[in-house]
Parts: sequence; C-alpha cells; structure tokens
Amino acid sequence: MSGGINWFKYSSPQTFFPLAGKLAFWFGVLALIACAAGLYIGFFAAPTDAQQGEAYRIIFIHVPAAWMSMFLYLVMAFWAGLGLAFNTRLSGMMASALAPTGALFTFLALWTGSLWGKPTWGTWWVWDARLTSELILLFLYFGFMALQAAIDDPRRADKAGAVLALVGVVNIPIIYFSVKWWNTLHQGASVSLTQAPTMAATMFAGMIVMAFGFWFYSIATALMRARCIMLERERASEWVADYAKGSA
Amino acid sequence: MEKTSGIPSLEAVDLQCTRGERTLFNGLGFTLRGGELLRIGGANGSGKTSLLRIACGLLEPTRGEVRWAGENIRRLQEEFWRRLVYVGHVNAVKDDLTALENLQVACTLAGLAAKRPQIGDALRVLGLAGCENLPARVLSQGQRRRVALARLALSEAVPLWVLDEPFAALDAAAVECVQDLIAGHVSRGAAVILTTHLEARIAATLRIDLEAS
Amino acid sequence: MLAALRCVIHRDLLLAVRRRSDVLTVLLFFVIVVSLFPLGVGPDPALLRTIAPGVIWVAALLASMLALPRMFASDHADGTLEQMLLGATPLGMTVAAKVLAHWLVAGLPLVLISPVLALQFDFPQEFLGTLTLSLALGTPVLSLIGAIGAALTLGLRGAGALLSLLVLPLYVPVLIIGAGAAESATSGIGGQAQLLLLAAFLVFTGALAPWAAAIALRISAE
Repeated sequence: MSGGINWFKYSSPQTFFPLAGKLAFWFGVLALIACAAGLYIGFFAAPTDAQQGEAYRIIFIHVPAAWMSMFLYLVMAFWAGLGLAFNTRLSGMMASALAPTGALFTFLALWTGSLWGKPTWGTWWVWDARLTSELILLFLYFGFMALQAAIDDPRRADKAGAVLALVGVVNIPIIYFSVKWWNTLHQGASVSLTQAPTMAATMFAGMIVMAFGFWFYSIATALMRARCIMLERERASEWVADYAKGSA
Repeated sequence: MEKTSGIPSLEAVDLQCTRGERTLFNGLGFTLRGGELLRIGGANGSGKTSLLRIACGLLEPTRGEVRWAGENIRRLQEEFWRRLVYVGHVNAVKDDLTALENLQVACTLAGLAAKRPQIGDALRVLGLAGCENLPARVLSQGQRRRVALARLALSEAVPLWVLDEPFAALDAAAVECVQDLIAGHVSRGAAVILTTHLEARIAATLRIDLEAS
Repeated sequence: MLAALRCVIHRDLLLAVRRRSDVLTVLLFFVIVVSLFPLGVGPDPALLRTIAPGVIWVAALLASMLALPRMFASDHADGTLEQMLLGATPLGMTVAAKVLAHWLVAGLPLVLISPVLALQFDFPQEFLGTLTLSLALGTPVLSLIGAIGAALTLGLRGAGALLSLLVLPLYVPVLIIGAGAAESATSGIGGQAQLLLLAAFLVFTGALAPWAAAIALRISAE
C-alpha cells in the first residue's frame, strides 16, 4: 500500500500509526468520489435494460460488493498468513481489521441479490450457485471474527485466525465448485442470477467505478480499524500514552 | 564430583515473555551445560512456568530464542524433544488408564523403549508397588504425582530434564526419592532445570530468580 | 514411529471403551435426528425416499460435529496433550492417528447403522451400497476437517458452538458431494463420480488436515 522507500520502517505499529491515519483520510475521499461517480453512472447514465427494466440497476451495487467480498477474504488470508509465517504484529492486525468490512460486503451482496431476485424472479431468495457461495462466505467471515473474539490473548487470536483464514482460502474454490455443481444438478432451482444483462459499455464502466469506490472504502475503513486495534493492543506502551496526551 | 559434559548445552538468549498485558521477564539468558542444575525461583505468577515452557519449546517467547547445541529448538523440533523430559504442573495422567498403562503410553510417545518389567520397577522405585493396575482415578493426588514422576526413573538416557514443581503434593519419603533421582541424573553428566519452593538439598549450579511484578 | 502411532490409536480406543457412554450418545443422537425428520415433514413415502440421502447425511454431519470436542479436550485438560506436543513423533502423524481413532469410535458406527436408517425411509435397497460407501468415505473427511476446528477452539469458552460455526461451512462441499452420490444413484446417473470425488477429498484432507491441526494445536497450547 505504501510506496515508501523503506518498507520495514513501517512494519512496527508505532511508525505505521500516523501513516495509516493519513492514508485512511485520502482513501476515504477517493472512495466518496468514486462511489458517487459509480452510483451516478449506475442509476442515471446507464441505459434501461431491455429485459429487466429499471430493477436491474441494483447490479451496480451487487456485483462490485460480491467482488469485494471475495477479494477482501483473499487479502485478509494473505495478511494473516504473512503474520503467521513471519510473526509480525502488524500483519495480524490488518487481517483482523479487514474481516468486518469483508463481512459487510458479503452481506451487502446477499441483500442486494435478494432485492434483485424479488422483482426479477418473484422470490426473495434463490438457491443460485453464486448467492449460496456468498452465504457460505459470510459464515466463513463470521467464523473468523467469532474465533478471534473468543480468544483473549491477541497473539493466539492472530495465529488461530490465520490458520482458519488459510484453511478457508483453500476451501473457497472447492465450496464454489461444489455449490455450482449442486445447483446445476437440481434443475428445479433453475433461476440464476448469473444471467446478468449483456453488458453495455456504460454498464461495465459503472460497475468498475463502483468496484474501485468500494475498494478505496475498504482500504480506508481497514486502516481506521487497524489504528483502533493498534491503540488497544499497545495501550501499555509509551507512544500510545503520548498520543493520548497529545489529542486530549 | 562432576563428569565432563558430553551433552550439548541449552542456551537461552535474550528472552522476553509477555503474557497478555504483563511483561514477565526481559533480556533473560542462561547457558546450561551437562552436569549442571538450574533452579528457577520466584513468587507465584512471576513467570517460572512460562520460562520452563519456553525452554521446552511449548511457548514461543515474545523475543529471543532458545538453542540446543547452537541450533534454535523451534527448528530442531522432534530432535530436541527426544532429548527432553518435561514434567509440568499438571500430571499427564489419564484417569481412565491404570498407572502401568499411563507410564507405558508416556514412554512410547517419548520414544523410550521400555518393557513391562522396567515400567513396573519404575513404579516400585516411586513407592507405587501394588498400585500398578489401579486406574489413576482412584489414586490420591500424591500417588498421581508419583506416577507422573516415575517417568524419570526410566529416563536415565535423556540428557535434559525440565521439572515444574516436582515435589508438589509429595510426602517426605517421595521427596527424598525424587531428589535422589535428580541428583543421580546430574552426577551422570546430564542437565536438569527445576522450579521449586522447597529448599532442595541438591546444590544448584545456576540460579535464576524472577521477580513478581 | 509406527509403534508410537499404534500406541496412540490403542490408547484412544481403550479410553473410548472405558467411557462407552460418550460413544453411544453420539450414535443415539444420529438415530434420533434421522427419526425427527419424518415427524417434521410428514410420512409421505415418496417425499421420504427423496430426502433420505440428504437427511442421513445432515444427521451424520451433525452427529460427527457433536463428537469433535472429544478429540482433544480431555487430553488438553489433564496435560497429556502437552506430552504429545513434546513427543518423539511428528505431531502431524500423532494427530492423524488420533483422528483415525476418533473416526473408528464416532464415525464408523454411523456408517454401519446408516443402511438400517435408510430403510426406515424406504430408500431403494439396490442403492444402499452407494449411500453407505459415500458415508464411509465422507465421515473420515468430516473428522479430519473437524480436527482443525477442534484444535483451534481448544480450551475456549463456548467452544462447542464456536466449533460448529467454524466447521460447518467447511463441511458443505462434503455434504453436497456425499448426499449427491446417493441421489445420482437413484436418479439413474450412478454415483461413481461423486464417490471418486469423495475419495479424492479423503486423500487431500488426509494429507493436509493433520498438519494444519498440528499447527493449530501448538497455537492453542501456548
């Protein structure tokens, strides 16, 4: 994330803390701009779909949210794995910071998927391969957060979460393919949200812009959350005491 | 009368241990060679057990490392553990197994080839003759501790003993017996680390006293 | 090393035999849960025949999960687990041996009784073999994946419920393929593909899960 010349300077919470603050602010600003642009494209600029009418516009939130939910899990597993392998404190904190945002996007993808399903297919929920996989992904996120919440010792929590996240990462393709197979076998549940309207260029642009907006938002919130985690975990140290005095 | 050590040394380098919020100790180091006894003292909660567990490789120190023959024990793994006996606070004794079975399992897992008669002898040395075939459930606290310690009688070839409060819950006779085992082991040129509140009659070569914070 | 592994399996089986009630409870749970479904959905034979593989699989999954804490919890409590961590055999192998013993006690009985329960649902007899085989291949996979969860939640408060949350999402592929085997058999396609896939899962998890569980055990024992 940082283009700084000396990476390792920022590998300790004390030095990363102020940088994280600045980055969070700027990414937050970028996120607002990108999301506003994306929403404008999605809800105003893109043409009405021939088959699905206006209701399809929810796709501009649904698809980027789904992309983010998967991407964030991978990033989370990456940071967690790094922390497990090299015993760095900051990596574990980043993984823990990402989890709630990832879960949020998963939930958003599910909710918007449901909102899309109702006008299009008549039901609030379809056992579509992607939606079902998203649901299981949500459980994976909850499992990670619940495990970390249940462990008092932060180091054990980081390491245990890392093992879980890595096992989850290995399982995600397996889960996706088995659910897809299950979906095609049971032809009764044939309504599929994968039948998205064929992409006009504007539609695709809208989704990409939204995706960037969500990505910047994720970075901003993850950094803010990481700052809170740093303050909490290092509260016995001097720099936190100085920071508290400084802002009081 | 000490033999020259033929065993590698256990080196602790710049150990720091933080449990939750508290830093139990910082910058701790020692070198333990064959024929030496390290005694760790300190009040309750001062980190004695944590230090022992770090020395065994069960706990990872927040900083620093422990070396056996110059190599980090976390890299050596089984190679180091084959040369170690750890008797912790908790007796690793299963209630549903008999004393004999418990000891048999402990030896096999540690890679010690011990036959039934030898195991019976070990239990007898610790004063448990007649209790061999009783499930550990019916034994008293002291007897269970002795089952756990009986392993020492079979571990003469193991170069490093790490004992956490070995004399706890023992009566005077058993304490004498265990002290004999420890003294014998040290005089054979092996190394022992122990924590205890008792004033043991074996002279400690090294002492580390951890302060309670 | 083989002596140590045999010792671990023998020890765990011995302990299970001396605490038979633990083992039987899991089996009874399985039977009861399967019997609950007709009470919930009605006794229509056609419906029951269709849902039989799924119901039996879900019940086996839940029963298997119920038995998971037994794998490490008691060893952790009395300190014997620590000794395994300091043992002369690689921890991954010790864990594999424990999982095998656990499956023999908690998984195999389910496999053996499943044909009887399937008959309760009037499941066609010619496909009982496929159903039983799918469980025989699938329940060890459940034990292996469950071992990772059990190791991660060792000693935590609320470990049982937390364990379910961790492990059930990972069980989903096994459930889908496992139940699918019998369903494909009844629909005439034949369940070989799924059975082969289950065998592949077994090999995959058999190779990787013990090591992941071993790492998790070291983390939990710190």
